[in-house]
Amino acid sequence: MVYAFSDGFKQLSARAIFLSAAFVLTSWTAAPAQQDPPYFVTYSSVLEEPGNLEIENQNIAAKPRNTNAFFAPTLEFEYGVTAWWTAEAYLQGQATSNDSTVFTGYRFESRFRPLPREYWINPVLYVEYENVNNADRSFLEITGNTSTSILEVPNARLRKELERSIEGKLILSSNVKGWNFSENIIAEKAVNESEPWEFGYAIAASRPLRLKGTTRSCVLCLQNLSAGAELFGGLGTRYSFGLKQTQQYAAPTIALNTPHGMTFKFSPEFGLNDNSAGVLWRFGMTYEIQQFRDWFRRSK
Amino acid sequence: MKTGVLLLLITASAVCVAAANGSWLKKVPKADRERVSPYSGVPDAASAGRLIFSDNCAKCHGEDAEGKRNRPSLRSERVRNATDGEIAWLLKNGNMFKGMPNWSGLPEQQRWQVIAYIRSLNSPVSGVRP
Repeated sequence: MVYAFSDGFKQLSARAIFLSAAFVLTSWTAAPAQQDPPYFVTYSSVLEEPGNLEIENQNIAAKPRNTNAFFAPTLEFEYGVTAWWTAEAYLQGQATSNDSTVFTGYRFESRFRPLPREYWINPVLYVEYENVNNADRSFLEITGNTSTSILEVPNARLRKELERSIEGKLILSSNVKGWNFSENIIAEKAVNESEPWEFGYAIAASRPLRLKGTTRSCVLCLQNLSAGAELFGGLGTRYSFGLKQTQQYAAPTIALNTPHGMTFKFSPEFGLNDNSAGVLWRFGMTYEIQQFRDWFRRSK
Repeated sequence: MKTGVLLLLITASAVCVAAANGSWLKKVPKADRERVSPYSGVPDAASAGRLIFSDNCAKCHGEDAEGKRNRPSLRSERVRNATDGEIAWLLKNGNMFKGMPNWSGLPEQQRWQVIAYIRSLNSPVSGVRP
């Protein structure tokens, strides 16, 4: 298996290990979001509960063809402003073996749930501003016509190419008999360059392995485990809409929600065409600080 | 213009006050109101519900379900008088403009177990204890 964990990872620098350790330690602080589906890329209609702050560290490791192995951590801070509005900030970095470790940028996003009740299909509106350079390897979403050939370019050159863009998503999500089905339609426009609108998509389905709760507290119980699958990729641009010259990935995914603890997620993401990386190994952990806003209130 | 904004704020405040008084109960469709818990009379349901409550609900409503800050107590006349179906409807849909998120992502079976636990808190011989 050429793309699997290979010797390339052994060459990741001490700076990369320090970077990942810093991200992990920063996020090692809170209770799980029990109803969050186990997705990395696809959004569902689940918003952060009001007043809660969720800290998530998610990481990608890969060794694409003809390029150096890389490790890309992303740190997310997600806050429930109200029951219908969640705000989020991201910090991103990456380390490439035989190259360097770089900070690649930040993102701010908000998600709004416009309808007050639960329906068969629940829409959520997503808006994002991102300021990232081309060394970004977070794969948080894929839009436009891209390929992994950009990964062959050294970080020193890529980090000088800054892209500021706005992004909108229409998130559709359904909960049926324990299953969650989510679909995201993505549109992105660079605001500092004259590039056309770029499009992408993500779809996913998941289910807890057991729907009933048990009478004893446990960690490795089936109701704490959920499994699913994601499919995501680019859809070209306004002038070249379609799957041609886009990256496409399919991924089984699994999550463990520990009671009053953390959520751990894992997913191997398989590239479906020659423009995609062979396998992206994605893993993450989440901690939720419950009622974070109470820390700043006087009365108890 | 200023008058319009003022009227909007007054209307929004009135809606919030109304919702705080349990006006969500009026929104529950008849079919939902009449739903019966599949866990009614199931001995372990309240015990399982207590754990789910502790993981998901206690952060706002308190470990003892007596409410925290401005978040309501679940040991109340209103909850006692509500039907299982009405509470199930609230858990599924939430009351988002009053701060209660929906819990539709939690499997329905677990929502019913939480209701069994809330019922045990409001029964004359109260509750499931740890």
